[in-house]
Amino acid sequence: MKSAVVVFPASNCDRDAAVALEQLTGKKPAMVWHHDSELPDVDLVVLPGGFAYGDYLRCGAMAAQSPIMRDVKTKAEKGLSVLGICNGFQVLTEAGMLPGVLMRNAELKFVCRPVSLDVEETQSAFTRKYEKGQRVSFPVAHGDGNYTADEATLDRLEGEGRVVFRYAPGDNPNGSARNIAGILSRKRNVLGLMPHPERVCDAALGGTDGRPLFESLVEALS
Amino acid sequence: MKARVFVTLKNGVLDPQGKAIGHALHGLGFRAVGEVRQGKVIDIELAERDEAKARAIVKEMCEKLLANTVIEKYEIELDG
Repeated sequence: MKSAVVVFPASNCDRDAAVALEQLTGKKPAMVWHHDSELPDVDLVVLPGGFAYGDYLRCGAMAAQSPIMRDVKTKAEKGLSVLGICNGFQVLTEAGMLPGVLMRNAELKFVCRPVSLDVEETQSAFTRKYEKGQRVSFPVAHGDGNYTADEATLDRLEGEGRVVFRYAPGDNPNGSARNIAGILSRKRNVLGLMPHPERVCDAALGGTDGRPLFESLVEALS
Repeated sequence: MKARVFVTLKNGVLDPQGKAIGHALHGLGFRAVGEVRQGKVIDIELAERDEAKARAIVKEMCEKLLANTVIEKYEIELDG
């Protein structure tokens, strides 16, 4: 499986993503600058965490307009797998590739801690190596992770099995609607989530609950 | 022509920043303060003299970038 990581000005989890991808795919990902207009030939693109463009205007709003995103969007429509983590999730909503929006955390505080998540859907290239209902622990580190959409959109996401990760009851760190932590696109090839699976891929760094996500992709896309 | 765009949260969308500002105003002794909502003002200089055209251009800017219409609404004021 070949992968790429998009680097925006003020991305700060791009290298974490690259380390996880190299460990779990056995190949170094291509690092693609936001100003490039074309992705290399890859099976997976990761939009990493960080504070692209200093979160100016709204988190992800400027990054969603960068030249590389046009190509990401075009290729995603043709089926390319895209994983947006944290700021990457915000970019995906601002780019219109996922519905809804990530608002300021309900408590107004930046939250940085491990959270418990339930894997709700295993029918996806991102989660096939998890068990349905499996409880995992990923860290979160964000100030704007409060997922919001209108009721009809939330019902549709749930009805179509597109809510992939949910904060465990009592462990919602940001006020997200229906405890939503991660969602899929309609075609199920784009995943956005606020918690950081790439930070729990090595026991020496505090956990390995994120590994099955990358192992799922390797299995599905190789 | 100058355009001023006001971007605010739609009615009913939780505004925790507005709430925090309201709490702070109460803390300062402004007892008359009720609900507080906050937003953004964006000033744009435009090389367009026709008011209808200017409004149409700024509306497109709002839809494409300046506001996230999932949660925000906007108002446009033109001057000159």
